[in-house]
Amino acid sequence: MLDVRHCATLAEAAGLLAGDRHALLIGGGTLVMRDVNEGRLTDGTLVRVSDPAFRQVNAGGARIELGAGVTMAMVLASRELGFLHAPARSIGGPAVRNMATIGGNLFAACPYGDFTVALLALEAQVVVQSGYGSGRAMPLEDFLAARDRGGIGLVTAVQFARPQNPADLRFRKVSRVKPKGIAVLSIAAHLPLAGGRVAQPRIAYGAMAPTPIRARAVERVLEGKPLDAAAIQAARQAALEGCRPATDAIASEWYRREILPVHLARLLAGEAP
Amino acid sequence: MAKLPVQFSLNGTDRATFVEPAGTLLDMLRRGLGDFAPKYGCGQGTCGVCTVLVDGEPHLSCLTLAVACEGRRIETVSGMADGPDLHPLQQAFMDHFAAQCGFCTPGMLTAARALLAKNPNPTREEVIDGISGNICRCTGYEPIIAAILAAAGSPGARRA
Ligand SMILES: Cc1cc2nc3c(=O)[nH]c(=O)nc-3n(C[C@H](O)[C@H](O)[C@H](O)COP(=O)(O)OP(=O)(O)OC[C@H]3O[C@@H](n4cnc5c(N)ncnc54)[C@H](O)[C@@H]3O)c2cc1C
Ligand code: FES
Ligand code: FES
Repeated sequence: MLDVRHCATLAEAAGLLAGDRHALLIGGGTLVMRDVNEGRLTDGTLVRVSDPAFRQVNAGGARIELGAGVTMAMVLASRELGFLHAPARSIGGPAVRNMATIGGNLFAACPYGDFTVALLALEAQVVVQSGYGSGRAMPLEDFLAARDRGGIGLVTAVQFARPQNPADLRFRKVSRVKPKGIAVLSIAAHLPLAGGRVAQPRIAYGAMAPTPIRARAVERVLEGKPLDAAAIQAARQAALEGCRPATDAIASEWYRREILPVHLARLLAGEAP
Repeated sequence: MAKLPVQFSLNGTDRATFVEPAGTLLDMLRRGLGDFAPKYGCGQGTCGVCTVLVDGEPHLSCLTLAVACEGRRIETVSGMADGPDLHPLQQAFMDHFAAQCGFCTPGMLTAARALLAKNPNPTREEVIDGISGNICRCTGYEPIIAAILAAAGSPGARRA
C-alpha cells in the first residue's frame, strides 16, 4: 500500500526521506501521481511538505532564492522573475503550471525539464538537505550528474544571481504542438554583454542528452565576441558538441541534431521563435 | 491501510469524507461524493477533463492527492449554474455548439471559468492558452473558442 505522510517542516521531511528508501517526496505530483494512476507506484510513502519556506520566493535582491515547492504559476505571478516567465510559461497548460514545482522539474526525465534548462544557464545552485542536518548548496550541473543514481534527499531551494539585464536570459522551446507541447528540444542562453562583447556566456540545452546539459563549446566560441554574424556562425558549428539526443515519440535523434544549430543561431540572432 | 478524514468546501457547501491515503481528488469527488462532473480521461494530466478549481485556480484532480485538499475550496461544473439559470459560459457553449460528445466539456468550462475570473476580456490567443491543457476530439476547438469569447463579453461571465 501507498501511504502519505505530511511534514510541517523541511527538517522532518528530509529526515523521513533519509530514513526510508521507499519514501518519495511529492511536490506538485504531476509526475508522481501519473505513476500512482498507472500502477507503477503502489508501495512506499509519499512525503508532503507544508513548510512555508518550501514555497518561498525571495526575488527582491541580486541573489535570488526560490523554494523547491514554488510552482510555475508562482514564477509567472512574480514581476521580479520576469526573465524566467518564458520557461515557466512553456510548461503544460494553466492547470499543470498551478501544480508543477521547480523541485519536481529538476527531477523530470528528458524531454521534460524545461525550467531546469533555464536554471542551468543561470548557473543555479541546488540546496539539498539529506537527513536532519542543514542544507548544502551544490551546482545544478553536479546535481544533474548525480540525480539518476538516486538518494539525493530533499531539495529545499534553488539559488542564482539575478541577470544584470532581464533580456540577458533568452529561452526557446521547440515543440510540435502549440501553445502547449512537449519539447523537441529547448535552449536557454545567458548572454551578459560588456562593452558590446559577450562576457561569460552560459548556454544550456534540454532534450539533447539524458539530462539538461551545458553547451561549453558554444560558450567558448562566443566568449569575448560581439554577437555578430561571424560569432553566430561559429556557435552554429560548435552547437552539437557533447550532445547525445534520444529518439523518442516526439522526435528522432537525427531530427534533433538537424534543428538544434538552426534554433541556436536564431536565438543568438534575437529572431522571434 | 486506514482511511483518512478530509474536510473541504465543495461548490460552496462544507463536506467531509474519508479517503484512501494516496487517493486522488477526482476519485473522492466521483466515487466518494457522487459529483460526476469532472471525468477520468487519461489519469496522466494530458486531457484536462478532470480539471476542477482549487481555491479558484484550475488543478488536475486526477493528479491531486485528496488529503492535500483539507480546508480547500473545491469548485466543479456541478456548481456553475445558479438554480435553473445557466452560467453565461454554459449558455454560450450551447449557443455556439461548443459541445459535441460533451466529454471534454466540464474541463473546458472549468478552464474557461478560471480564465475569465482573472481576465474578463481575453484575446483569442489568451483563450487558446487558457484551454491549452484541455483536449477536445470532436469540435476542432473553434466553437469552444468562439463560445468563450462570446461569454467574455456578456454580463455576469465573471460570476464565480
Ligand atoms: C500534461 C503535462 C504536461 C507537461 N509539460 C511539461 C513541459 O512542457 N515541460 C516540462 O519540463 N515538464 C512538463 N511536465 C512534467 C511536470 O509537470 C514538470 O516537470 C513539473 O515541474 C514536475 O514537478 P512536480 O512538482 O509536479 O513533480 P512531482 O511529480 O511532485 O515530482 C517529480 C519527481 O521529483 C521528485 N521531487 C519533487 N520535488 C522534490 C524535492 N523538492 N526534493 C526531492 N525530490 C523531489 C519526486 O520525488 C519525483 O520523483 C508536464 C506534465 C504534464 C502532466
Ligand atoms: S483525467 Fe486528469 S488530465 Fe486526463
Ligand atoms: S466535444 Fe467531444 S471531446 Fe470535446
